[in-house]
Amino acid sequence: MKVIVCIKQVPDTKGGVKFNPDGTLDRGAMLAIMNPDDKAGLEAALRLKDQYGAEVTVLTMGLPKAADVLREAIAMGADKGILVTDRVLGGADTWATSTTIAGAIRNLEYDLIITGRQAIDGDTAQVGPQIAEHLGIPVISYAQEIKVDGDKVIVKRQYDDRYHMLEAKMPCLITALSELNDPRYMTPGGIFDAVKAEITTWGRADLKDVDDSNLGLAGSPTKIAKASDKVRKGAGEKVVPESPEEAVKYIVGKLVEKHVI
Amino acid sequence: MDFTLPKEHEMARQLFKDFAEKEVKPLAQEIDEEHRFPRETVEKMAKYGFMGIPVPKEYGGQGCDILTYAMCVEELSKVCGTTGVIVSAHTSLCVDPILTFGTEEQKQKYVVPLAKGEKLGAFGLTEPGAGTDAQGQQTKAVLDGDEWVLNGSKCFITNGKEADIYVIFAVTGKIEKRGKMMKEISAFIVEKGTPGFTFGTKENKMGICGSSTYELIFTDCRIPKENLLGQQGKGFNIAMHTLDGGRIGIASQALGLAEGALETTINYVKERKQFGKSIGAFQNTQFQLADMATKVEAAKLLVYKAARKKDEYKTNPKVSYSFEAAQAKLYAAEVAMEVTTKAVQLHGGYGYIKEYDVERMMRDAKITEIYEGTSEVQRMVISAALLK
Amino acid sequence: MQNLEEYKGVFVFAQQLDGQVSGIAYELLGKAKDLAAPLNAQVTAVLIGSGVKGECDKLAEYGADRVILVDDPELKEYRTEPYAHALSSVINEYKPEIVLVGATAIGRDLGPTVSARVATGLTADCTVLEIGDFPLQPIPGKEDEQKHNQLLMTRPAFGGNTIATIACPNNRPQMATVRPGVMQKIEPKKGAKAEIIEYNPGFTPNNKYVEIKEIVKAVSDIKDIMDAKILVSGGRGVGSPENFKILEDLAAAIGGQVSCSRAVVDSGWKPKELQVGQTGKTVRPNVYFAIGISGAIQHVAGMEESDIIVAINKDEDAPIFDVADYGVVGDLNKIVPQLTEAIKTAIANK
Repeated sequence: MKVIVCIKQVPDTKGGVKFNPDGTLDRGAMLAIMNPDDKAGLEAALRLKDQYGAEVTVLTMGLPKAADVLREAIAMGADKGILVTDRVLGGADTWATSTTIAGAIRNLEYDLIITGRQAIDGDTAQVGPQIAEHLGIPVISYAQEIKVDGDKVIVKRQYDDRYHMLEAKMPCLITALSELNDPRYMTPGGIFDAVKAEITTWGRADLKDVDDSNLGLAGSPTKIAKASDKVRKGAGEKVVPESPEEAVKYIVGKLVEKHVI
Repeated sequence: MDFTLPKEHEMARQLFKDFAEKEVKPLAQEIDEEHRFPRETVEKMAKYGFMGIPVPKEYGGQGCDILTYAMCVEELSKVCGTTGVIVSAHTSLCVDPILTFGTEEQKQKYVVPLAKGEKLGAFGLTEPGAGTDAQGQQTKAVLDGDEWVLNGSKCFITNGKEADIYVIFAVTGKIEKRGKMMKEISAFIVEKGTPGFTFGTKENKMGICGSSTYELIFTDCRIPKENLLGQQGKGFNIAMHTLDGGRIGIASQALGLAEGALETTINYVKERKQFGKSIGAFQNTQFQLADMATKVEAAKLLVYKAARKKDEYKTNPKVSYSFEAAQAKLYAAEVAMEVTTKAVQLHGGYGYIKEYDVERMMRDAKITEIYEGTSEVQRMVISAALLK
Repeated sequence: MQNLEEYKGVFVFAQQLDGQVSGIAYELLGKAKDLAAPLNAQVTAVLIGSGVKGECDKLAEYGADRVILVDDPELKEYRTEPYAHALSSVINEYKPEIVLVGATAIGRDLGPTVSARVATGLTADCTVLEIGDFPLQPIPGKEDEQKHNQLLMTRPAFGGNTIATIACPNNRPQMATVRPGVMQKIEPKKGAKAEIIEYNPGFTPNNKYVEIKEIVKAVSDIKDIMDAKILVSGGRGVGSPENFKILEDLAAAIGGQVSCSRAVVDSGWKPKELQVGQTGKTVRPNVYFAIGISGAIQHVAGMEESDIIVAINKDEDAPIFDVADYGVVGDLNKIVPQLTEAIKTAIANK
């Protein structure tokens, strides 16, 4: 059984978010980590390896230093790592990213593709389903449990208020939630092996059946009009209401204004 | 001389740090207060190969180097001194001597399960009458047919009652050396559960309270002849060689304790406000932190250097690392005591409160100046090398 | 090459579950009306399901000028493939300039699949949607390249630490997903009717269809305060463990969870798992109510990154007011129960 896991290197926005003296985000100080949802997807793949002897290939699109997350994955137990990197691929939105990754995957044999549901920097949750669309295979998002039965996968698919037990024929793509499992750690021996392991590097020329017009910044249908960092919190308003009724009115007003209720 | 660490060590550090934060830190206060051995942590560490980091893969280990192992003890100790010493005593004091001096059969029988973490190791040298004066050994081993019979006791043994495999030192005779009659000391491998091998007092300690520190009692304890470790009469050399490596482990533990205390204190002084500003804004605090950080960095370089020297020894047995190990242990332990004490002071009243980790770090740090060779012993080793 | 001029109208994917339209659909219709106004366009709800025709009137009451109804037995339960086929067929047939989808467990699966199928851009989790120009300011010398009447989609990124405004100038439709609770629905116009267009592109199961083996309805139990979106946190000022009931009532009314300060845990009123602070947990909910909490740094360090902090404390000088967005000086025993009632009323009236 062959499993491809798509992973992304992201800044650790949920961990140590640091601010500059002027209150803006200090991106340089943020640790680069493997996206948590992707790590869960990788763990799911590694369990398929433990159980069924699946071969696990990890693939990432990014700058050359993204190879770090591939090595981390190999240190956890993945068999092969592929880095897709090329200047012309930069600045991609989800359409261009999914096009690129699908173009890379077309070179490989696979039964199952696992991606994380969303990345903690972009937070869009789009690339997974879009890759499936480009490849013409079924997609099951929000996977909470994954089991293999012959040539089918049985997935517990989470919704806001219920779950479905779905059955799909492979090849198919599954997006994983970080709640899916507790990812394993690397091992020290795995790390030493991973650092020596060979990472396959692909560029634009290696992508199959993709058009230049769909790649990179130019190939991205969505464009950024404006971006600014949220500034660190300081003191807000303070009121001394005459009565509890007035206090309640003030609070409820703010809650409604901020769409809390 | 390149001071940047190779990629594998940076990744390993990240692994140990993550593990320490998520798996070890949450239990640190509890196991200290309950004087409870963190068996569940040992099982997790075993799963990820932390109990055999520098052991070659063919003996069930991870095939990494001493520096990686030292970093593991360092990162664990940053959040929990107890967990750090459990790994250190197991790896340096039990796995290492069997790996270095053992027969192939002994390595297969003992190193493999130890490295995989299926069994836990310990080292029994100290006795009530034999601390710094290790030659004051009284435990005896007498060969009777196919068995050695052990009689005596060991005290202050780390991993005491929790271990499965023990490297035990005993007097096997008398030899003449330089015109004097001296004790002939040999090393043995003893398994828990061997009839005649029991446990005595559980020590109630100032620090590393989760570490199982016990008295070992041998009463006509019979072990197979094959369990002699190394050559008969070479026990003292084996002990000293082993302690050289153990010193690197303890130096790493001390380094970790100092780093953990420093980091916690830096965060604290940024947030704690008095007189309208954070106490980190006062020059007294700043200067103290500067000194603490510089000493910690110096300790780190000594520790890593000693680890690297032992790595050299693995490929070239002519290399000696006793000097570097002694310097690292001496300095790191004293820095740990100084930094953790200052850390408590900089936390003010909160530093004395158990919920803030620094008081435990200070209590944990003290033992690093004492065990596996007191600071006085380290000074003896260092000066002997300087003056030879 | 798409002819962008052909694309007109603001479409809303009217998510339904078990035959009932979800609240998010009404919220999106409210927003769609706002967007349609400057565009001089119609608001169309796209209702996809099986046996759901009866919901069309409700959609009209909440702002739909027309409803495109895709009704087919294959659409009874949500599955990615027949639904993606339904919505993309509608888009290709009716060519809307804007399509809004709820950012729910359904929408965040359907949205990207559809946007890829119709080859357009999708912007997720938008908090603000407006009609404007792209680029925002014309580039000197290239004024005629500035496009007007574009959908400007504002969203948080980087874990919420960055706010970005996105446009999709060269592809149609412009697609956006919006989380529930962000947009407002309008006051329903009783008796309003919309034109209903029944459309069925035909559903033939192919390799992308999955089989639903089982459906289990369950409410997920959030126990960890670190996962809660709203926290109602109490400090020593609450006075007694019994009095925490008023906080629990408030939490229940507003859909939040109770947490507390160290003082409360030390007094044995609440377990350590609920403690927020330096030696407890660090939380970043959308809303943090700090009730009877003085705001010592030991506590604030664990919650200062909450999106909105509402503080209630009778001490005007309490340091909590240095980090609260909305600080109220007053007696929590009087304010909190009344607040609970007011919130219940406000929610019931929505």
